Amino acid sequence: MTHFSAFSLLKNALTGHKNWTEQWPDSQPKAEYDVVIVGAGGHGLGAAYYLAKEHGITNVAVIDKGWLGGGNTGRNTTIIRSNYLYDESARLYDHSVDLWENLSQELNYNVMYSRRGVLMLAHNVHDVQSFKRHIHSNRLNGVDNRWLTPEECKAYCPPLSISKSARYPVMGGALQERAGTARHDAVAWGYARGAAARGVDIIQNCPVTAIRRNADGSVAGVETARGFIRAKKVGVSAAGHTSVVMQTAEVRLPLESYPLQALVSEPVKPVFPCVVMSNAVHAYISQSDKGELVIGSGTDQYTSYSQRGGLPLIEHTVAAIAEVFPIFNRMRMLRKWGGIVDVTPDRSAIISKTPVEGLYVNCGWGTGGFKATPGAAHTFAWTIAKDEPHPINAPFTMERFRTGRLIDEAAAAAVAH
Amino acid sequence: MLLITCPYCEETLPEAEFAYAGQAHVIRPENPSGQSDEQWEEFLFIRENPKGPHFERWRHLHGCGRFFNAVRDTVSDKFLTTYRAGAPRPDLASLGGDAK
Amino acid sequence: MSGNRVAGKGRVDVGKSVRFTFDGKPFVGLKGDTVSSALLANGVHLMGRSFKYHRPRGPVAAGSEEPNALIGTRRGPGRFEPNTRATVQEIWQGLETTSQNKYPSLKWDIGAVNDAAYMLFSAGFYYKTFMWPKSFWHRVYEPFIRAAAGLGVSPTEEDPDTYASRFLHCDVLVVGAGPAGLAAARAAAVDGLKVVLVDENAEVGGSLLSEPQALVDGQRAWDWLAAEVEALKAAGVRIMTRTTAIGYYHQNMIGMVERLTDHLSDLPADTPRERMWRVRAKRVVLAQGALEKPLVFHGNDCPGVMLAGSAQTYLNRYGVLVGQRPVILTSHDSAWFAAFDLADAGAQVQAIVDTRESVRDDLLAEAGKRGIRLKIGHTATATKGRLRVTSLRVNPVTDGKVGAGYVIGCDAVLMSGGWTPSLHLFSHTRGSLAWDEDLTTFLPKDTPENCVIAGASRGLWGVEAVLNDGADKGRAVAADLGGTGGETACSVASDRTGTGVSHTELPTDLNPGKAKAFVDYQNDVTAKDLRLAVREGMRSIEHVKRYTTNGMATDQGKMSNINGLNIAADALGKKQPQVGLTTFRPPYTPTSFGAFAGYHRGAHFEVTRKTRIDGWAEENGAVFEPVGQWRRAWHFPKPGEDMDTAVRRECVATRQSVGIFDASTLGKIEVVGPDAVEFMNRMYTNPWTKLAPGRCRYGLLCGDDGFIRDDGVIGRLTTDRFHVTTTTGGAARVLNMMEDYLQTEWPDLNVWLTSTTEQWATIALNGPKAAALLAPLVEGVDLTDEAFPHMSCVECTVAGMPARLFRVSFTGEIGFEVNVPAPRGRTLWEVLWEAGRQYDICAYGTETMHVLRAEKGYIIVGQDTDGTVTPKDAGLDWAVGKSKPDFVGKRGMARPDLTSEGRKQLVGLLTEDHSRLEEGAQIVFDPTQALPMTMVGHVTSSYHSDAVGRPIALALVEGGHGRMGETVHIPMPDRTIAAKITPMVFVDPDNARLKI
Repeated sequence: MTHFSAFSLLKNALTGHKNWTEQWPDSQPKAEYDVVIVGAGGHGLGAAYYLAKEHGITNVAVIDKGWLGGGNTGRNTTIIRSNYLYDESARLYDHSVDLWENLSQELNYNVMYSRRGVLMLAHNVHDVQSFKRHIHSNRLNGVDNRWLTPEECKAYCPPLSISKSARYPVMGGALQERAGTARHDAVAWGYARGAAARGVDIIQNCPVTAIRRNADGSVAGVETARGFIRAKKVGVSAAGHTSVVMQTAEVRLPLESYPLQALVSEPVKPVFPCVVMSNAVHAYISQSDKGELVIGSGTDQYTSYSQRGGLPLIEHTVAAIAEVFPIFNRMRMLRKWGGIVDVTPDRSAIISKTPVEGLYVNCGWGTGGFKATPGAAHTFAWTIAKDEPHPINAPFTMERFRTGRLIDEAAAAAVAH
Repeated sequence: MLLITCPYCEETLPEAEFAYAGQAHVIRPENPSGQSDEQWEEFLFIRENPKGPHFERWRHLHGCGRFFNAVRDTVSDKFLTTYRAGAPRPDLASLGGDAK
Repeated sequence: MSGNRVAGKGRVDVGKSVRFTFDGKPFVGLKGDTVSSALLANGVHLMGRSFKYHRPRGPVAAGSEEPNALIGTRRGPGRFEPNTRATVQEIWQGLETTSQNKYPSLKWDIGAVNDAAYMLFSAGFYYKTFMWPKSFWHRVYEPFIRAAAGLGVSPTEEDPDTYASRFLHCDVLVVGAGPAGLAAARAAAVDGLKVVLVDENAEVGGSLLSEPQALVDGQRAWDWLAAEVEALKAAGVRIMTRTTAIGYYHQNMIGMVERLTDHLSDLPADTPRERMWRVRAKRVVLAQGALEKPLVFHGNDCPGVMLAGSAQTYLNRYGVLVGQRPVILTSHDSAWFAAFDLADAGAQVQAIVDTRESVRDDLLAEAGKRGIRLKIGHTATATKGRLRVTSLRVNPVTDGKVGAGYVIGCDAVLMSGGWTPSLHLFSHTRGSLAWDEDLTTFLPKDTPENCVIAGASRGLWGVEAVLNDGADKGRAVAADLGGTGGETACSVASDRTGTGVSHTELPTDLNPGKAKAFVDYQNDVTAKDLRLAVREGMRSIEHVKRYTTNGMATDQGKMSNINGLNIAADALGKKQPQVGLTTFRPPYTPTSFGAFAGYHRGAHFEVTRKTRIDGWAEENGAVFEPVGQWRRAWHFPKPGEDMDTAVRRECVATRQSVGIFDASTLGKIEVVGPDAVEFMNRMYTNPWTKLAPGRCRYGLLCGDDGFIRDDGVIGRLTTDRFHVTTTTGGAARVLNMMEDYLQTEWPDLNVWLTSTTEQWATIALNGPKAAALLAPLVEGVDLTDEAFPHMSCVECTVAGMPARLFRVSFTGEIGFEVNVPAPRGRTLWEVLWEAGRQYDICAYGTETMHVLRAEKGYIIVGQDTDGTVTPKDAGLDWAVGKSKPDFVGKRGMARPDLTSEGRKQLVGLLTEDHSRLEEGAQIVFDPTQALPMTMVGHVTSSYHSDAVGRPIALALVEGGHGRMGETVHIPMPDRTIAAKITPMVFVDPDNARLKI
């Protein structure tokens, strides 16, 4: 693996960039692995990376039905934050942010983690109460998050309208300065490169058709388009497709898959310094390093795997953005796209062992999985390697839906991720 | 925006008139108190989430207000049929869709 | 007329000159010009700078696919847009335009230093560097990258324009009004079918506008076109120009944006700038035509290098010669016709350079007639010129070997790398594509939608073939809809058919490692960037695209996708389909936010629900708060009062005498029928059987998970009729939930549910004088504790109005809620107000209501509870009918975690130092612990209470019901506050004040 640095870039520039080598090989499946991870998004590739790096398990394959990073990793609005209400969530996401802060150096791949701050706008008294509850909880959890008056919001994000006559006037906001964005593709590529360098096979365009079990019920391996692959352990992190994969092992999950849409504007010079989320009007926005305004929408109301999404939702989202940032009304939408997100009843993830020995699952991230990528991958690798939960992911079990011990971020605050 | 046929109004109308109401044929047990925690979890939370034909419920919220059932292919978002609540589950093979 | 305008050519109005400015300099064009054609007529090719290297750029195209000539456009204050395509924007008198991405000027741009250091800025360079030192990314590197990128500048003012949206239903929608679309519309429109024909250009005609030489059924193309348009209008076809079909959505819904004013010199009053059409068509004919591909060679981005077909368009449609001495560089026959047209218009064509080894005889003969030098079997290896091309270097290619190069002087290079069918909308349908090896392009295959694709967009070439295909498709669609379809077969003379070959980069004798052969112009992606991406392991076009940004510019790959795919496939040694094509995504061309938002701006962003009494509140100085869609009077400050002062006054007045409150937003549901009581027993946690008619009860609603969903007072008016109230925000949700259970779980119950929220105006009177005030106005009911005790309800007459009167209290004082038909709400309010003057009646808002109820320990669902609180947690165990065999939530609340010890329970809090707690503040048992602290609850409600004489609070505390009298701690940023756990009821725990 070529070490990336300004020096290596300069050296290669002088030789016409002919000597760069491939960042990861396109592997063919072997007959057997210690661990097979289904799903080569950031979560799956990251888990393979940490299995290899921190647990010395390198006989690992990451298998994907398409190209690595081609699912939600490459389709999201890249927001990273950890100002969650419940201790369980705050710990998991803050663990993630800790990893984000050093990820470029860790992977020797610039994932462009940009600490530009995430500002969540309050538009009514209920929002104010809810955000203040978050802020107090975050403070005692050691997670940064502070309250801004409308004027302070405007100072932090100048395009914001704080007109008192707006349909949903800004009554203040919660700001997490440590939060921000990262370059989504680079996360998948950086983990892929790092995992491959440690011996992990990355097998693309190889749909997993079933998880096979031994006579004693434990996991035997995966059936794929390129034949059966034996595996001592199988970890599934297939986002919207997790239900379908897990059902082949007779594990039924509390998941539903919904279409989620996002869009970008034409690129403009820097005008938007941070990330702004507004739950009351259902939209969030940041500006990419390329200059595009990156705008996230809510999910459509029905479950779907079509990746299409309807026009009315986009109309509403754009209207919401134009309402909060009226100067953008004459900007133009360049492109919109859809992803498939798997949603649990309490809107929190599952990172867990399953009733099947040797089968593990990391799913249910809904609209908020990108920010958790390093933390989820790190603890998922631990869970697979040690066959027990990491203290941080211990609460994110499947059992909580039976006992009622939910981590109900949605019910607690109606906050989108 | 999907077009949906309300089996009560017998009209095909835009999605904006309807509200999605989750998986169909999830029947609340006669005697909930007799259910185990596992059974109650199944009733509350466990869903099929299939890639393909999905038995689901919609409500003609801004129309007749009735809940009804539908079979929709979640890959193409095409409705294979809609039918009244309480009517039996239609046979997928007879719907001519991409039934799996 | 300037030297580049050709007399007798074009469709612009020679008699109408139009003045506009570009970078402050005045220019004159003609009515019908685009900014691009007008500047070209003035000899200006340099119109912009590229994204990364800031290279000088001119227009490469003449339509909406343009990647280079992007400008800022301005029409006075508030009306500015960045990144407008100069090739699309029509000029009007006074239009101000500016170039972008340059400093200090378009000709001398400091950002062009990036171009000199281009070897460092290879594909993906930023993934490999800017990592050290770590802190520099945020402070130095990222700001640098962000400032260099971005093209135009954002608008800075609010948009003064309005936008509209409409629905349109039709039998057939034809997208694209070129020859195929025109013929399809004509053929489909004969059976009374409702046909709509839409085109993004200012006028219909498509390629015919650039091909006036064609003779359709003996008529000159433009005469035929004019007659055809008349015929279409006569047949009832709705023709929409300047209207772009932006996206193809489910079940043949097409989003279209019509631009109404951006081309006008004077803005008409009351006209929206743009209109979003949501079209539902029974059938769709896609006739989007084809787009020409550039050739990829070193210097192919120099201003003056342009697509040959676009040069032909500038000449034939706008009467503009883009160069006096052009060179044609092509791998396709079509560019030869461009050469002929330009030569015939007076240009000195310097040469036709064709990459192919042989060319059709008739083309050679035509070129011979015009004395044009021919370079067959040649490649192009470089251009010269900084702000405008001055020469093209060409080399013979023999048996794959590139010979010695030589230079041809020129002022324009007109290139053609062949044509790509436009499959954008087809792709939106998630239709499948098939690779055509001969045409080196994807063609449409299957689609799940009811649409057909016609003409050049399915790979056909030549006016005749395209016209007849359009007619066939129109007929087929009409037949599908039960019509017969029209007979419109055409024969076309002077038709220009042709073929060509496809290339990756053109072969060169120069060092390919130093070539700047652009594939994506705007994003500065070169062929060698694509090859580098492949070398680094990017094997799918999706990876290559994301690694290099090829196809991600504002043309969304219209110029670059197929060239990029060909090069990536070549580098991988694979066939194109194995490498894949990135999906086209809506919108087809960039579309203003305003068009999507439509009417939903400002007050119309979302409906504001107001009660019938809202007007009185507004007239009497209320401050409002939004609650869901409602706006509610928050408090009624007197002059000089702040919110706290006003609320304290309102509280005191209500507890001392009487307060009046508009409770109309409360959700109201009428539950009626023989099985109403059974239904209530099953829905609500409480028992209802023994509730006598004329009595009320507090009702608690849970979900089947056992957590609290809603609450409200419910009156039983008769044995079979309940008047249910819900929270303001929960009304729709509760009714939906009730309907769900009634219709699908208990269809055997004979019950009807009706929302009556909007039917009743509800006025609450609370205070010791409430009964005295109300009694004289009530007919037929004796408002005494004996005749009408607390928690009674009755239908009666109040102030002459039919009313439902409830004796209930959300304050702890004697309380009544009077419901009258909504239209009479304000009248009743004013009657009560007048009658109350003798008691110093006080209007209060939601904040005072919150304080009064908290003093009495009444909860607000959604504030004191979230979705994780059980009735027991909330101290509402008494409201759960435990002997009922079942109700919604009974099984859920028996789950292990909901019955476990140590759950958070709702209690009262009194601070030791009499300070007021902040709502949302977190509670700990041990204030001395280090972060992260173990939090045991939070403050849900907190107010100053004059009735108690100190601030009070409600809080959820772990095991709180068993900790009465214990001290907990609330760590704040500056100090830790100690508070004592108390019961929730702070005022009148014995309910003495409820008695009259």
